[in-house]
Amino acid sequence: MDSALTIILICSLVAVSGALLGPFLLLRRMSLMTDAISHSILFGIVIGFLLFNTLDSLPMILAASAIGILTVVLTEMLFKTGLVREDAAIGMVFPALFSIGVIIISRFLSNVHIDIDTALVGEVIWAPFDTIPFLGGEVARGLVITGAIALVNLAFVGVFYKELKLVTFDSALASSLGFWSGGLTFALMTLVSVTAVGAFDAVGAVLLVGFMIVPAAAAYLLTERLSVMIGLSLVIGVLGCVIGYYAALAIDTSISGMMVTVLGVIFALVLIFAPQRGLLAGMLRRRRQQWEFAARLLVIHVLNHEGQPNEGDELALATVNQHLNWSPAYAEQIVQRARQRGWLDVASGRLLALTPDGRQIARETLA
Amino acid sequence: MDIGTLIRDIFLDYTLRTVVLGSVILGITSGVLGCFALLRRQSMLGDALSHAALPGICIAFLLAGENKSPFVLLMGAAAAAWIGAIIITVITRSTRIKEDAAMGVVLVSFFGFGYVILSLLQSSAGAGQAGLDKYLFGRASSMLQSDVETMVLLSAISLGLVVAFFKEFKLLAFNPEYLRTIGFSFRRIDILLTTLIVISIVIGLQTVGVVLMSAMLTAPAAAARQWTNKLSHMIVIAAGIGAVSGALGAVISASAQRVPTGPTIVIALTLITLFSLAFGSARGLVWTLVRTSRTRSAIQHHTLAVPDIEPVSGGD
Amino acid sequence: MTASVDTTAAISVNDLTLAYREKPVLWDIDLAVPRGSLMAVVGPNGAGKSTLIKAILGLLKPASGTIRVYGKPYQEQRRLVAYVPQRGTVDWDFPTDALDVVLMGSYGRLGWVRRPTKSDRDAAMECLGKVGMASFADRQISQLSGGQQQRVFLARALLQNADIYLMDEPFVGVDATTEHAILTLMRELQSQGKTLVVVHHDLETVSEYFDSVAILNVQLIAAGPMNTTFTADNLRQAYGPRVASKIAFLKP
Repeated sequence: MDSALTIILICSLVAVSGALLGPFLLLRRMSLMTDAISHSILFGIVIGFLLFNTLDSLPMILAASAIGILTVVLTEMLFKTGLVREDAAIGMVFPALFSIGVIIISRFLSNVHIDIDTALVGEVIWAPFDTIPFLGGEVARGLVITGAIALVNLAFVGVFYKELKLVTFDSALASSLGFWSGGLTFALMTLVSVTAVGAFDAVGAVLLVGFMIVPAAAAYLLTERLSVMIGLSLVIGVLGCVIGYYAALAIDTSISGMMVTVLGVIFALVLIFAPQRGLLAGMLRRRRQQWEFAARLLVIHVLNHEGQPNEGDELALATVNQHLNWSPAYAEQIVQRARQRGWLDVASGRLLALTPDGRQIARETLA
Repeated sequence: MDIGTLIRDIFLDYTLRTVVLGSVILGITSGVLGCFALLRRQSMLGDALSHAALPGICIAFLLAGENKSPFVLLMGAAAAAWIGAIIITVITRSTRIKEDAAMGVVLVSFFGFGYVILSLLQSSAGAGQAGLDKYLFGRASSMLQSDVETMVLLSAISLGLVVAFFKEFKLLAFNPEYLRTIGFSFRRIDILLTTLIVISIVIGLQTVGVVLMSAMLTAPAAAARQWTNKLSHMIVIAAGIGAVSGALGAVISASAQRVPTGPTIVIALTLITLFSLAFGSARGLVWTLVRTSRTRSAIQHHTLAVPDIEPVSGGD
Repeated sequence: MTASVDTTAAISVNDLTLAYREKPVLWDIDLAVPRGSLMAVVGPNGAGKSTLIKAILGLLKPASGTIRVYGKPYQEQRRLVAYVPQRGTVDWDFPTDALDVVLMGSYGRLGWVRRPTKSDRDAAMECLGKVGMASFADRQISQLSGGQQQRVFLARALLQNADIYLMDEPFVGVDATTEHAILTLMRELQSQGKTLVVVHHDLETVSEYFDSVAILNVQLIAAGPMNTTFTADNLRQAYGPRVASKIAFLKP
């Protein structure tokens, strides 16, 4: 198989796994747990290697994943003591496990193929040359592993979609329905760990977080629906892989680093330009709402003060801005707007007066 | 190596002295600032910002020309971490993305970008091997006198500012709304404190590196909290725990073969923290258990003596 | 500026509208708090009671309207105002003791960098004494009961030695001793000519504890002396028809 295609496929499969799990992690505010797991996995890989003397058998992957689970369990235990908060618990557990991993590697395994730099960022460039026999042909080992993991994740999310959704959006209800909440969280964390181990060679510990969180975060700004969010995460993740690969090739730099950079750029673009929830859209909407709000405010002000002894002052075209603490120019614009909508008239004596429409708007707004 | 030689080496051996000094300074600075981060529930901010610093170091390296002093690189790191902090704030304030995810996105995007530049620098002949990769894991053992001098300077400035603005920082962490009503600018104090946290991260990058920095900010503070109920004491204890861990880690890693400094410091720190969580005099688990069982037996003794009490109505 | 600014009022709120994310929380509020009054602010949940207090304190930016403290903006008068926030808004697990929290009341006067002195400390002790908490000075704040925590907050406000006290639900979740202590203190402050504005939730005690009331539900329903303002009519307008059971005590 073409090596470019192999690399893109391996990374895309990691992205697929990330896109399947990431939205749930994001919505359940467990993003940083992913970060923690992906780091302490290094320790897991060391343990797996010491136990099985290999880096790529199924038992080794499972043993390594167990350390991911251990991270979650230890964090939870620490938090449950009531002595530290959750964020602090995360911040202490994973560096400790990671440190044990690093020390074992440099002390005892320095001649083995575990390079700590690679552990952080992966080195997918060699993946196409590391092949194993598979279905009668030679296939890149990384492809088989990441493919299998993506399939497992797909099956999990496919089968338990309804339950995952329930746990994510209404965990109170879900817990009242029994073991689902705890069991599903445990399963989710197990799969994050397995994915982290499987993706370790390709994208490394830190950058895996990019495939889990960044596409999900971008998708979250684009849609209301969970299923669409997962779909968009998939598209964004794979897009990041393809663009990232060729960009890295063009300037001869780290492939996985470039892929995550591209994901970051996509996120930034979405953050700024997303149609409903982007920064620009938000700014425009706020401005529009501000006008609308100010016009309503004005008619309510008129409603409250009409017929009162001080209406000559409160409602006079010339002085109303002082009462509302608006600049004269701003007040003039708002009066203009309210008049255009047929909410206000300027009555005799240069007083603001409500039209029937305006009166109704004011009452509706207050109701 | 026996203890006598070790002690002599700490004072006379250039490398060991430098490493110990650097690690102790880091321990003190991150211990102190970590207290405020912990109390403001920003423990993971340290992790996010230390990763976010990477592109800053690399860009500073690119732009610095001939003068590649550690100070210039660290200022680059600080600038990038700072921008990261701002972006996290913007995302959290103006979108529905929560703080943890915002941190995750900034952490990994910045780090990925930094690594892209780093590998460019490393592949281009000559430029790369100037020790840039030491910022990933910290290479305390390769620290120079000049590195330590930079660290001492930055640390002294930060600690001085913490002393000067102690009451403002305390109120910021305890009751920020009240702080504003009595005429202080929340934003200014917040910016100052974040800047100091960034400085402590920058100090840590050379010693323990990007990944382990979160432990340096979190663990000493969490440990110290178990020994006291007074903020000023907590800060001093955290500084002490940070310093002892730093010294222990540096000495152990120097006296053993192929044991990296940063992870050793973190392990020492973790052990001290676990000990504190169990035995800390103010809140440690052991004392709490003792107290609870005493209360329980006291209650059992008095069950019959409890008079009828009218139920106390709730607040609302 | 304009004729309607009441210069005799301790606090005057004019045409105040305040929105949170473009959703109005307060609509066109006009309220004058006369000097020396002991005023309750009541209204249903989400009526904007705390918001009103925070707006007066300059913590929230209004969409329209002005707020004056003795005729000037809050920023110029903040030495004259003390704030007692809701107890639930801070982390009581914070590593500090009761005396230290009270001392925070001196920070505003001290300004940047300067530290509290021995005399500030003595004054803080005195304030703790006034709320009956002198013997708890070095108690860690998480070890205090809810009522004791509330009294610590009160002592902190006392240390500010202000003219106007703004309190947000001080009676929530406190024991009878504390309730009595707060009440005594409020009356004492009033007798010294201070002005108190207190967000209060318990309709049954309003007329007993306070001499005037502002009834709020996004709009200001009514404000003024207790006997003319605290009427079943006004309350029904604020709380809706379901308030009937809550205000049965009002009917003869």
